[in-house]
Amino acid sequence: MSTKTKILNWVQKYTMIIILLLVLSFFAFKTGGKILLPQNITNIIAQNAYVFVLATGMLLCILTGGNIDLSVGSVVCFVGALGAVFLDKGMSMGLAILVMLAIGLVIGAWQAFWIAYVRVPPFITTLSGMLVFRGLSNVVLEGQTLSVTHETFVRIFGGGADCYVPDLLGGGGVNMLCLVVGALACLLYLFFTFKSRMSRVKKGYEVEAVYNTLIKSVLIVAVILFFTVKLSQYKGIPTSLIWVALVILVYAYITSKTTIGRHFYAVGGNEKATKLSGINTDRVYFIAYTNMGFLSALAGMLTIARMTSAQPTYGQNYEMDAIGSCFIGGASAYGGVGTVPGVIIGAVLMGVINIGMSIMGVDANYQRVVKGLVLLAAVIFDVVSKREKG
Amino acid sequence: MSENILEMQHITKLFPGVRALDDVNLQVKKGSIHALVGENGAGKSTLMNVLSGTYPYGSYTGDIIYEGEVCRFSQIKDSEAKGIVIIHQELALIPYMTIGENMFLGNERGRAFNIDWSTTYAEADRHLKTVGLTESSRTLIRNIGVGKQQMVEIAKALAKNARLLILDEPTSSLNESDSKALLDLLLRFKEEGMTSIIISHKLNEVAYVADDITVIRDGKTIETMHKGTDDISEDRIIRGMVGREISDRFPKREGVEIGEVAMEVSDWNVFHPLYREKKVVDGVSLQVRRGEVVGISGLMGAGRTELAMSIFGHSYGANISGELKLNGRAVKLNSVHDAIQHGMAYVTEDRKVNGLILSNPIRVNTTLANLPGVSAGIVIDPDKEYAVADDYRKKLNTKCTGVEQKVGNLSGGNQQKVLLAKWMFADPDILILDEPTRGIDVGAKYEIYCIINDLVAAGKSVVMISSELPEVLGMSDRIYVMNEGRIVGEFQQADASQEKIMACILSASNH
Repeated sequence: MSTKTKILNWVQKYTMIIILLLVLSFFAFKTGGKILLPQNITNIIAQNAYVFVLATGMLLCILTGGNIDLSVGSVVCFVGALGAVFLDKGMSMGLAILVMLAIGLVIGAWQAFWIAYVRVPPFITTLSGMLVFRGLSNVVLEGQTLSVTHETFVRIFGGGADCYVPDLLGGGGVNMLCLVVGALACLLYLFFTFKSRMSRVKKGYEVEAVYNTLIKSVLIVAVILFFTVKLSQYKGIPTSLIWVALVILVYAYITSKTTIGRHFYAVGGNEKATKLSGINTDRVYFIAYTNMGFLSALAGMLTIARMTSAQPTYGQNYEMDAIGSCFIGGASAYGGVGTVPGVIIGAVLMGVINIGMSIMGVDANYQRVVKGLVLLAAVIFDVVSKREKG
Repeated sequence: MSENILEMQHITKLFPGVRALDDVNLQVKKGSIHALVGENGAGKSTLMNVLSGTYPYGSYTGDIIYEGEVCRFSQIKDSEAKGIVIIHQELALIPYMTIGENMFLGNERGRAFNIDWSTTYAEADRHLKTVGLTESSRTLIRNIGVGKQQMVEIAKALAKNARLLILDEPTSSLNESDSKALLDLLLRFKEEGMTSIIISHKLNEVAYVADDITVIRDGKTIETMHKGTDDISEDRIIRGMVGREISDRFPKREGVEIGEVAMEVSDWNVFHPLYREKKVVDGVSLQVRRGEVVGISGLMGAGRTELAMSIFGHSYGANISGELKLNGRAVKLNSVHDAIQHGMAYVTEDRKVNGLILSNPIRVNTTLANLPGVSAGIVIDPDKEYAVADDYRKKLNTKCTGVEQKVGNLSGGNQQKVLLAKWMFADPDILILDEPTRGIDVGAKYEIYCIINDLVAAGKSVVMISSELPEVLGMSDRIYVMNEGRIVGEFQQADASQEKIMACILSASNH
C-alpha cells in the first residue's frame, strides 16, 4: 500500500472525528472560545443525554436494514407522562422506575411483534405508534403539565439544579472525584487495549502497527481527560452522564463482542444469507424494536427529570435527533454498518452544532436548516463512498 | 445477402473472468423462425441481450447488421425503435396493473402528462385479438393464467411494432395446449412476414416451428442446420449441444468407501409459497450414502433448488410433505437451525444473493453459520474467530489479502471458497452444494472439485446440484435427473452419458 492510500484510508476511517474537531474549532473561533467553557461542555452532555440513549437504540433498528423507529418521541413522552403520574400519586421511586421500564418494554414488544412476525413495515408500524402514544400522553396528562417534584428521582436522572455526583473526595475549585474517575477510565482503557494486543501477539496473530495503537490510545485518553477536566472545573459529573455511559458501554459491548450483536450486522448485511445460516432473523427484528421501547423509557425518565415536569408535547422530534445522529455517525441507510462509538460521535457533533449556534445567537429556524443539511451531507458521503468501492 | 434481416458478426462478450461469447456469428433470414439451442450457460441469452441493447454497444466487440445497416444500440429503447423486441423468460408483467396498462408501459399512448386511456385500451384490445385472447384489456394481470400472460407479452411486443421478435424460453412455464397455441401463433406471424428468434430447450417444439436451428456451445456458434436440407432430429441436435470432449478436468477420487445411507427422502412434495396450487417438487424420492457424491442434473427451473431448500429446514415452499430420514431415523426439520443441528449444510446457488454478506470480511462470513463454535456463551472470542477463518483460508487456498478483506472484493472462485469454508466450519455430515462452480474459472473449479473429494474422503455425503453436464458426469458416483419437479431418471456413473441425460430431460419435457 502506498503512503497516499494509507493516508486516504486513515482519513476515511476517522472522517467523523476529524469533522467533529473541525466543527468544534470553528465554533471555538466564532464564539471566542465560549463553547469550550466548562459549563458549555457539561451542557453538551446533559442536554443531549436523551439523544445518546435513543441513538444507541436506533442504531440496532437501523442495522437491521436501514429501518427506523418513528415512535420514540411519543413513547418518551408517554412513559414520562405515566411516570410523572405515578410519582405524583405517591408511588415509591424504585417501583415507578421499574414500572416505567416495563411499560417501555411492553410498548416495544407490541410494535416489534407486528414488525418481526407479521412483517408490517417498520415505518408504518412506528408511524402508528407515534400517533397512538402521542394521543395517549395527552389522555394521561389530560392536556396539562404535571410537575415532577420527587427530588431524588429528579437528581438521579439528571435534572434540577444539583444533578451532579457529589464530590466525595472534596477539593476546592475543582471536582476531585471527576478527575479521579477520568484518570481511572484512561488507565482501564490503556490496560485493556494493551492486554488484548499482547495476547494477540503471544498467540501469533496479526496486530495493527504499534504507532496506530499508540495514536489511537493517545487520542482517546486525550478526549477522556479533556472532558473530565472540563467537567471538574464546573460542577463535576452530571448524573445523566452515568446513565449515558452505562448505555454506551453495554451496547458497545453487545454490538461488537456478542453473537447477538453479530446477528444484527448479519441481517442488515444480507438477510437471506443470514436466514440460510440458521439464524432466526425474525427474532433479531423483535429484539431491535423491543429494545428501542426499553431505551425510550429510560430516555423518558431523563426527560421528565431534566424538565422537572411532564407535558404532552415532550419528546417531539426526538426520533429525528436519534436517526440523524446514527446516519451522521456513519450508520448505513441500507443497514449492516454502524457502531455505537460512531453514533455517539454523530450525536456529539449534532450537540456541538446546536450549542455552538445557540451561543452565536443563530436563529432556531436556521439551526434546523444547518442540521438538515449536515444530515444530508453525511448520507451522501455514505452512499458515494460505497459506490466508489463498488 | 439481402434476404437476411439480421447478421451478427464476430460477436465477443467478456464478463469478468468469463468469455461468455466468443466470435459468434448468426444469420437470420427475413420472415423465418430461427431457433437457438444449447445448454444452460452456453451464451444464448447473452447473445440476445447483446442484440437487444441490454448490453450496450461498446461492452462487446463485433457488428450487428440489421436490415442492411450497422446498428449500435446503447439501450433497449434503441433496438425497440427498430422493431427488435425481446420477450424474456421471466414474465415482466406487473400483477396489479391491467393488461392494457402493462402493454403500453413505457410506451404510453397520448402525451406524457395526459395519457389517452381510451386509445390505450382500444389498441390493447385489438392486439389481444391478434394473439387470440378474448379477455378485456382492463382485466388485471393477476387474474389471468400464465399461458395467457405469455400471450399478453407477445401482444405487448406487437404494440411496439415488432418486426423481429425474440422469445427466450417462451414455453418453459406453459402446459402443452398453451405451448401449442403459442407456437401456432408464431407460425401465423411468419406467414404475415414477421421474423422470430426462439430460444428453447424443447427440441420437439424447435423441430415443429423452426426453419433454421443454430447450436451454441461454450459461447461459440457450432453449426446452423436448415430444415429440409439437414437432419434435424433430436439426437442430431443433442450431439451438437453437448459434443465436447471431457478431458481430465476432474480430479480422481480413489479409495473412498461408500457406506451406509446417510440421508433418505421419500415421496417429497413441495408447493409454491405464493401460488399454493402449483406443485414445485412432485413425489421425489432419493437417497445419499456416506462417502458418496450424488449429482442432481436438470434444466433451470426443474425444481432442484426448491427440493434442496425444502429439505434444508423447510427454507422454501409451502405444504411440504414426505419423509426425511437421517442415518436411518425419521426427522422433522422445521428451521434452518434444526437442519444445521442435524448435520446438514446447504451451500446456496447464488452466493452473492443468498450465500455471503458481501460487505463483511471473510472472518465474519466464515463463522456465521456456527457462531457458537467461536463463542463462550454469547461472547465471541475474536482471537479464536480469527484463527478459524485463517485456518480455512490456508486449507482452501483462498486468495485474499487476509481474512479481514471484504468478501465483496474477492473473485467468484474465492467467494465460493469462503462460502464452502462457512459450511465446512459448521461441521455437517451432509452437504448439499447448489451450482458450486457457477461463474468461476476452470482453475478454481478444479480446486472446488478437490475440496468435494476431500469431504467425501472424510466420510461426508455430498449432493451436488449442477446444470453443467460434464461436471455432473465427472464428479458424481450416482446421478439423479430432475425435470418439472420430478425425478425422471437415475444413473450410475458408469452408465451415464451426456446424451442419455439430455435425452432423459428432453423426453420428459415433451410430455
